[in-house]
Amino acid sequence: MSADLDDPRIIEFDVRTDEMLVNMGPQHPSTHGVLRLVLRTDGEIVSETTPHIGYLHRSAEKIGENLTPRQWIPYTDRMDYLAAMNMNLGWSLTIEKLMKLELPEKAKHLRVIIAEMNRIASHLVGMGAYGLDLGTFSPFLYAFREREKILDLFEEACGARLTYSYLTVGGATADLPKGWLQKCEQFLDQFLPIIDEYHTLLTTNAIFVRRTAGIGVLSPEMAIDYGCTGPVLRGSGVDQDLRRDGEECYTEMYDGYAFEVIVQKNGHYPKDHNYPAVPSSAVLGDCWHRFYVRMLEVMQSIDLVRQAIDRYSVAAGSWGEPVKLTEKLPKGEAYLETECPRGQMGFYVVSDGTSIPWRARARSSSFCNLSVAHELCQGCLIADVPAIVGSLDIVMGEIDR
Amino acid sequence: MRGKQFLDRLTKRFGDAITGSNLEALDPWIEIAPDSIAEVGRYLKTEPDLRFDMLCDLTVVDYFEPDPKKAAKVSWQPHLEVVYHLWSVPYRVSLVLKVILPRWKDDRPGSLPTVPTVSSVWRTADWHEREAYDLCGVEFAGHPNLRRILCPEDWVGHPLRKDYEMPLEYHGIRNR
Repeated sequence: MSADLDDPRIIEFDVRTDEMLVNMGPQHPSTHGVLRLVLRTDGEIVSETTPHIGYLHRSAEKIGENLTPRQWIPYTDRMDYLAAMNMNLGWSLTIEKLMKLELPEKAKHLRVIIAEMNRIASHLVGMGAYGLDLGTFSPFLYAFREREKILDLFEEACGARLTYSYLTVGGATADLPKGWLQKCEQFLDQFLPIIDEYHTLLTTNAIFVRRTAGIGVLSPEMAIDYGCTGPVLRGSGVDQDLRRDGEECYTEMYDGYAFEVIVQKNGHYPKDHNYPAVPSSAVLGDCWHRFYVRMLEVMQSIDLVRQAIDRYSVAAGSWGEPVKLTEKLPKGEAYLETECPRGQMGFYVVSDGTSIPWRARARSSSFCNLSVAHELCQGCLIADVPAIVGSLDIVMGEIDR
Repeated sequence: MRGKQFLDRLTKRFGDAITGSNLEALDPWIEIAPDSIAEVGRYLKTEPDLRFDMLCDLTVVDYFEPDPKKAAKVSWQPHLEVVYHLWSVPYRVSLVLKVILPRWKDDRPGSLPTVPTVSSVWRTADWHEREAYDLCGVEFAGHPNLRRILCPEDWVGHPLRKDYEMPLEYHGIRNR
């Protein structure tokens, strides 16, 4: 040992590190809202991560026990506020499953257009904010520039830009305005080539790849064990997408649509998109793959919206009149999960035969996705914690409800 | 495989631990005796032709009518239901398990009923059971870290109980 001490190259031989508790959040910008992480660190190495949640808890489930399902729709908006349309859709479908309500064709296509547009908007925020987490500001501006146009379209359809309450039990609150479809198609035409810009900004960027590839590897078994869903699950190579595998009353919306689940099979992602190659340093299940799955889902959603527009414009029937505000629910219970941008959002309703549910329950996808964070952060560097938590793409409104 | 086959399979394996079922419901469910839930869960997860490897949701429903006028009309006795929504990733089927618990342990208001934890079977249950404990007031025996998760640690009461009353004041903040 003494020989080592004399070695002039070893200058830090005598420097000791102490174990230290570092508090990250709840106001830390890269914790996506009000998440507090307590890190046990030794030097730069994180040995334990404890998430503390609940800062945004509003007891939405208790409120749901005092309102009719249609009155509760605005509260579902405020769960995953970046994908409020998908939240509305999930709750509406659950109630429709309980009521055994069959929707006209046109209403289903309208819902596909709206849900997939919201998925694009949500993934754009996910992408932009992930850039911010890793210390690059410009992708955020590019992402919000395009998201703004989607919000403009939504504003025209329902009057709101964030909390829409547009899709509701029985269909939607209104039909799409005249000329909306053309504007939507124009947006898609203009948006598609821009995705290549995002790929040069982040996906293939050397710094980005160094920061994300091989970091926070989540094995498929662990992902399933922790109940991870959505891009987090598919980023680990598990072939599951509820738009294809879910329950009949949800998948019938996507009947006849051509789409392939975005997941790496036999070392390849689906071939029908023009996309950059996977870097050699990336491992299936790492932060880079989770990000990449989201980026490919944006292209998939564009494709789905185009198909839905074609079907919607020729579909017969009405766009789906909402049910009465105080419509009586049949006695019974129903549970339904839908594929939201952040994973499988489940709603559970128990009814005693009145118009107000006995129990309204929201199963949050981000809640499960975040619960795996402590496993992923085990032994990583402090600087990788935002990279890992950011790649899970959580929304605190949905976790705390 | 559908509800009936699952029920037959479980009855054959566990006998008396399967205490009821409703196969006509929208989501067919099977009722399990509280003490056997972890054992049944492990069986459903590991059996090669069942493989219920994902616990989608764990929640509690409180059956209690605080209004005495309405309470006279309801058809059930007051109780709690712990509901487990399972999903099999390889076979893409779902199954619902239920455990019926008394509202209070030994009918002493304030002492929480107990059910064995399933967090050793599905790790999703870790946080979900904490949430159920926090909001619905069910204790999960053997849980590694049963603390409140959404409410502050010094919160009193379990908000999703039907007879819950919001405290008048919390650390000097008026609530009502």
